[in-house]
Amino acid sequence: MQSKPIALTILDILSAIGVIVATYFALVFAPTEAVMGNVQRVFYFHVGTAWVGLIGFVVAAVTGIIYLVTKDMRWDRVEVAAVEVSTMFFFITICLGSIWARPAWNTWWTWDPRLTTAAVTELIYIAYFMLRAGMEDPEKRARFGAVYALLGGLSAPITFMVIRLFRTIHPVVIGNASAAAQGGFDMTPNMLTAMFIALGAFTVLFIDLMWHRIRMGNLEEKVEQLKLKVSM
Amino acid sequence: MENVNTDGYMVAGYIVAFATMGIYLLSMYLRSRNLKRDLETYESMDREKK
Repeated sequence: MQSKPIALTILDILSAIGVIVATYFALVFAPTEAVMGNVQRVFYFHVGTAWVGLIGFVVAAVTGIIYLVTKDMRWDRVEVAAVEVSTMFFFITICLGSIWARPAWNTWWTWDPRLTTAAVTELIYIAYFMLRAGMEDPEKRARFGAVYALLGGLSAPITFMVIRLFRTIHPVVIGNASAAAQGGFDMTPNMLTAMFIALGAFTVLFIDLMWHRIRMGNLEEKVEQLKLKVSM
Repeated sequence: MENVNTDGYMVAGYIVAFATMGIYLLSMYLRSRNLKRDLETYESMDREKK
């Protein structure tokens, strides 16, 4: 296996620092929201993980298209990395949203348009791995995966836009909320700072994890090729 | 929403977030380690074959 690049080591360190700083800004620097209290502090990680989750699904769709055009397996590995890392982050988003909803909406879960589209998106990408696991031929797996990621990628803009287009109880912090929204709050400058730091920190962490996952994909490919060579 | 103490929910949220990221990092480490072992095994099998 190739030795770890220095840039990746630097990115590892930056990611760790970024998460520590984002946690400090979310838990200490940002003021306590007057009505919801401290549970509102999960908002910063909720937004940060949702951002990289949805961006990653779009990245997977784009790399899926590139794979279909070029048939270069490297793009398949980028696509897998984007889906895997984003699925993990989006799982955190849904969990944090549910934990926030319990005191804010008096329920852990409700079939609101935003929550429903988010859950469907997560399930689509869990199914992506089930689809790939069921295929032995690497090229067929990559082709089906690319088409699936391309179609699944449509769920990301739908999930993002649904609270802006439909009547929903999910608050919109930036932009106009539905009249039915519950649990919204006005962002103070310090809250905005904490939110942007969380967005930045999770973006760096996302790139870092993607890079590690792509390297692991390269290793998987090497092992698979060697296994074939030995078995012949 | 009435003014209630929601500290426990905040703590639960951060525990879930860090635990999920920790489990994912651990899974990546274990998968990479197993792949490196597989690679070494297949490389030695390949050398013996030659």
